[in-house]
Amino acid sequence: MVDMRMVQTPAPGTQPDFHYPPYLSSVVRSPRMPLVLLPQALAECAGPVFGHNIVGALDHDLAAHHGGDPIGERIIVQGRVLDEDGRPVPHALVEVWQANAAGRYRHKVDQCNMPLDPNFSGAGRTITDAHGYYLFRSIKPGPYPWKNHHNAWRPAHIHFSLFGAGILSRLVTQMYFPGDPLQPLDPIFNSIADEKARNRLISQLDMNRSEPEHALAYSFDIVLRGSQDTPFEEPRK
Amino acid sequence: MKLTPSGSQTVGPYFRIGLQHLCDSDAQRAADVDTVTVHGTVIDANGVPVSDAMLEIWHADRDGRYDAGLPDASGRPACFTRAATDDEGSFRFTIVRPGAVPGESGIRQAPHIAVLVFARGLLRHLITRMYFPDEAANSSDPVLQSIPEKRRRTLIAERDSHRPGTLEWNVVLQGDDETVFFAW
Ligand SMILES: [Fe+3]
Repeated sequence: MVDMRMVQTPAPGTQPDFHYPPYLSSVVRSPRMPLVLLPQALAECAGPVFGHNIVGALDHDLAAHHGGDPIGERIIVQGRVLDEDGRPVPHALVEVWQANAAGRYRHKVDQCNMPLDPNFSGAGRTITDAHGYYLFRSIKPGPYPWKNHHNAWRPAHIHFSLFGAGILSRLVTQMYFPGDPLQPLDPIFNSIADEKARNRLISQLDMNRSEPEHALAYSFDIVLRGSQDTPFEEPRK
Repeated sequence: MKLTPSGSQTVGPYFRIGLQHLCDSDAQRAADVDTVTVHGTVIDANGVPVSDAMLEIWHADRDGRYDAGLPDASGRPACFTRAATDDEGSFRFTIVRPGAVPGESGIRQAPHIAVLVFARGLLRHLITRMYFPDEAANSSDPVLQSIPEKRRRTLIAERDSHRPGTLEWNVVLQGDDETVFFAW
């Protein structure tokens, strides 16, 4: 459970504004009225509790769902989920979805002319271990065109959804890859005004966790709002 | 030293790929409990239905407890569900009707559900509440009563006159009838 007194208002610029005109669809879908501040004593402080069997043994391996290997650069994406005090968040549900190596989603709305990959669906999920650690295996998603403005292309990214210790810790974000020249051109990435906060959505190449002749690893740590009222510890003997 | 929470990004239009598995569940429709079905539409500033939105519904149990529910055999949490909008921007979910929620220092809140709204175009998710119609406790609910009367009704569902036992509640992202959204 999250101690409500520990949930702070995010520092300016570290979260996107709802209304961000460079991202066109935010203009008609963002509220204009000020948000109503809910007294923390009245807020829903707990959050849904997921059982570990919500994830299957291979759900973390997006490359293993079909008969053959998906096309693309094999990658490992791993990291830790932390709270605002830097403490690991154990047993957090992490869900991901992504385009294939050609930049195409397996979704009826994605009608771009890039090829589908019969060996890739693009969905995965896992639960962090006792130390807040998670790991996915996948292939590197391709950049893809979208219709926000002329010649708009999303940088390569993986969508992340996380449940922490309480409903106020809920986060949906996107993970980017280092050295992608499309990032400075992307309104969604740039909706986070603070440069440091923005760059924390870029994963880092991690050669120590890469597997020789098999897969490159990228590290991506995620910080959720709030602070657990009891630090998580290993069971005492 | 405090860490800065990671920045939010939109779910985009393709979230069903990753999030569908917890949508539209029958898990909480056991016949022996008092359930309620809610349907409605998510609409934008121009009154256009939003066909790529998702609601997450989190509520107290029959006794008004938020922390009592354990996950079922499939690992799904109690008192939690997801509902994505269809091509017409409509959603529908069925839940166990929650009880009144005791708050700190004896403040009792009327039965309600917490709703998180995700959509393409929303760089951060929105947080709102849905209250029940003809509920006496609404008139003394501290959250509801703190909101000007004109906007209060955006949080209270209406009975569906065509379908008994069903409620209608719409989410208006922007405009004159904009739903009240909360911040913590
Ligand atoms: Fe995407």
